[in-house]
Amino acid sequence: MANIRTITFDGLIVGGGGSGLRSALELSQSGYKTAVISKVFPTRSHTVSAQGGITCAIASNDPDDDWRWHMYDTVKGSDYIGDQDAIEYMCSEGPQAVFELEHMGLPFSRNPDGRIYQRPFGGQSRDYGKGGQASRTCAAADRTGHALLHTLYQANLKNNTVFFNEWYAVDMVKNQDGVIAGVIAICMETGEVVYVKSKATVIATGGAGRIYASTTNALINTGDGIGMALRAGFPMQDMEMWQFHPTGIHLAGVLVTEGSRGEGGYLINKDGERFMERYAPNAKDLAGRDVVARSMVLEILDGRGCGPDADHVLLKLDHLGEKVLNEKLPGILELSRTFAHVDPVHAPIPVVPTCHYMMGGIPTNIHGQALSMDAEGNDNVIEGLFAVGEAACVSVHGANRLGGNSLLDLVVFGRAAGIQIEKMLSQGLEQREASESDIEGAMARLDRLNNSTSGEKTADLRKELQNIMQNHFGVFRKGDFMQEGIEKLADLRERINNVHLEDKSNTFNTARVEALELKNLFEVAESTAISAEGRNESRGAHAREDFTTRDDENWLCHSMYFPESKTLGKRDVNFKPKTVPTFEPMERKY
Amino acid sequence: MVTNVISFGRSGLYDWIVQRISAVVILLYVLCHAAIILSTPDMDYVRWRALFADTGMRFFSLVALAALCAHAWIGIWTIATDYLTSRILGPKATFIRFLFLLICLGTIVVYFIWGIMILWSA
Amino acid sequence: MQVSIYRYNPETDLKPSMQDFQVEIPNDKDIMILDVLALVKEQDDSVAYRRSCREGVCGSDGINMNGINGLACITPISAVTKKDKLILRPLPGLPIVRDLVVDMTAFYKQYERIKPYLQNDEATPAIERLQSPEDRAKLDGLYECILCACCSTNCPSFWWNPEKFVGPAGLLQAYRFLADSRDTHTEERLADLEDPFSVFRCRGIMNCVAVCPKGLNPTKAIGHIRSMLMERGA
Repeated sequence: MANIRTITFDGLIVGGGGSGLRSALELSQSGYKTAVISKVFPTRSHTVSAQGGITCAIASNDPDDDWRWHMYDTVKGSDYIGDQDAIEYMCSEGPQAVFELEHMGLPFSRNPDGRIYQRPFGGQSRDYGKGGQASRTCAAADRTGHALLHTLYQANLKNNTVFFNEWYAVDMVKNQDGVIAGVIAICMETGEVVYVKSKATVIATGGAGRIYASTTNALINTGDGIGMALRAGFPMQDMEMWQFHPTGIHLAGVLVTEGSRGEGGYLINKDGERFMERYAPNAKDLAGRDVVARSMVLEILDGRGCGPDADHVLLKLDHLGEKVLNEKLPGILELSRTFAHVDPVHAPIPVVPTCHYMMGGIPTNIHGQALSMDAEGNDNVIEGLFAVGEAACVSVHGANRLGGNSLLDLVVFGRAAGIQIEKMLSQGLEQREASESDIEGAMARLDRLNNSTSGEKTADLRKELQNIMQNHFGVFRKGDFMQEGIEKLADLRERINNVHLEDKSNTFNTARVEALELKNLFEVAESTAISAEGRNESRGAHAREDFTTRDDENWLCHSMYFPESKTLGKRDVNFKPKTVPTFEPMERKY
Repeated sequence: MVTNVISFGRSGLYDWIVQRISAVVILLYVLCHAAIILSTPDMDYVRWRALFADTGMRFFSLVALAALCAHAWIGIWTIATDYLTSRILGPKATFIRFLFLLICLGTIVVYFIWGIMILWSA
Repeated sequence: MQVSIYRYNPETDLKPSMQDFQVEIPNDKDIMILDVLALVKEQDDSVAYRRSCREGVCGSDGINMNGINGLACITPISAVTKKDKLILRPLPGLPIVRDLVVDMTAFYKQYERIKPYLQNDEATPAIERLQSPEDRAKLDGLYECILCACCSTNCPSFWWNPEKFVGPAGLLQAYRFLADSRDTHTEERLADLEDPFSVFRCRGIMNCVAVCPKGLNPTKAIGHIRSMLMERGA
């Protein structure tokens, strides 16, 4: 069966979003034969939807700004399970990475002195939380992700990266030594199945927000890389940590940037009260996202929600004036008019916390090398495999990501992985071979799908999955209720394995891709469910009704989900930054 | 840059400018004649001949003729390269286009020479 | 509601045809055309179309709806339908891959041809290159392009010469770099555009402006390029 074409590269990046393109750029610049496989044309990746900006201490708005303050905010934001060596690396390398983007041509908004414009975002402070709100998020109006993704794609064109656009990676090829030798991919236009062989494979497949019924994520965010890694038997870290963004447009799920609160907008309940003043007296609407999202849900549960069903709150922007809104938040005006039928110049936008970001993912070190864990709990580097961006868990976001840190994560660790692979290649990294049966193993689920004769439809199963996740693993979670969710998922597993592909044609068969994506969604959902049920505390985005407090004694650690046994283990958090003293866990107040 | 095309114009910019200047010249010429004809209700062959006996008018007519020919050539060439392409006509397109342009060019040249002969023969 | 969709699968169909679907619109809400397509796909998952962000920023789902090019995800039914009839076709002028999916190679090639990346030969500073807010404002209305191809596939000049005429989308990006105070390759960029096809096939029809889902104005940008070429020629 495995008589398929083989294509060989030095470096292979699966995913054409911000992190993937940044890795690819680093490699192509150094002259290595680099390929990007992307299931959509790269500028259609979800990075394009990022709005508010990229947080980084470039000291433009505030000449005294310091990356250590940014680090403090990030550690605190993570509820202390972000790895401090990784956060240190991100915050200190960040300015260089951002300046590089500017040199590539990213059209940042500007201050009168010509430097990059920075806006305030949630969870930001000066002087280790003692100096008030900081303005640290570098922005290109409210289209920073769009500007960043296009700039990176353009830079890759300039450096002759090879693009396999609208190719879908099905599974990793893992050889008998457990080394990753490449992936099996389908060319969507022709249906051809190819073995793409590479000395280093980078998973940059982004998030998986589509496991929830209501999400700000693009339809393509189906956790393909996570699914692949889980099927290959690799563990996942902190999968219970899902960020619910406070301001998704009610019913539509479309994101309204935190930058709108950074620019001075605020949330009100049905009485017109600025309720965040009660929950976070200092930072108010710019508290951590988990804090704001929970406060909103509590307002709604207490009967102070807006609308006929009292099921949302309002984001007020009109007091900022039309001029500021047009200049700073033009994209928000557009989205709100289209999806909420509300003009923010005159009326507040109906918003509700909406699934937004996966803090967990494939555990990696700061060089992007994917890690597994041995029986004694030691980290093992998985040879040939790297992960970057939202699919990876370095972990810089811990239990809660700060706004503007995802774009920084993409470029800093995309770049870091590229540098690492470059270094390994220059030291003679060799292609590891895979046997016929290894390749066949990677093609197994594709073959099964192509030979399916009966079973349920992808759309129905997907809806069921999304509803289970939405109902049982939302903003607030409870043990017995999650148990129930896990049982429902167990029932769903076999049905999803037997999904029926009616249309078996080869040309641009989106039904086949959606069926393959569904399987990945399921893997992500299951690992989320089991991790969430296992973490018996409330920390960051993970809020339990039956364990309402943070439990540093037992859970100041990462969770590790092992797919083969479907069990949860623990992994130590790194508290050893190289150049600054450790930030010790404290009570997290905004 | 698209260079491998049969273009007698030096560049797109040149063509574009010639097209606009020639259009202005033709317009002025038409307006000038319209004014003369309207202000001369009893126009006859004698008066018409006298009008063209004037060197200024002959020169103006020559310029207008040249403008018309240039304008026509650029326009025809553009139309030919829009519609007589291999996308529409297949592999024969280059030959058909070349033939069409040759006929048009021949006609334009004939008109131009004929025009000069008419203007400067007497 | 009746939805008529252009169908063509080169493996099974000799020629394209239109297929009618009856779609139940939940609560008669004014949903987006992309949502209508999702409802169609629930009935028949062999219907192929592209989609990603579903909020009008990725540019995947440019299609032709009742004769008008646009993004399915931000076009409500009411914006394009008359008499409850919806006809969905692929973007015109490009080869069909399948159903509503077109082969965008020619479009992307023109984008690549204008060297869509900043070129600056000066030494790189230790921090960012400075740019005044006024210079940055010149990029507004240019950099926001999402490469959805609604404009170029609505442009007769691009239909006739997709290999030679850069098209509105590509030219908008060409001007985005010409207008950037940080780009130093203005002369080379202009030299590459001077031929009779790349820019000058624009006839000012303004079909591009009429359909741009982001409200951008390629015709204006093309006018700016022409002015720059004139200045350079003078």
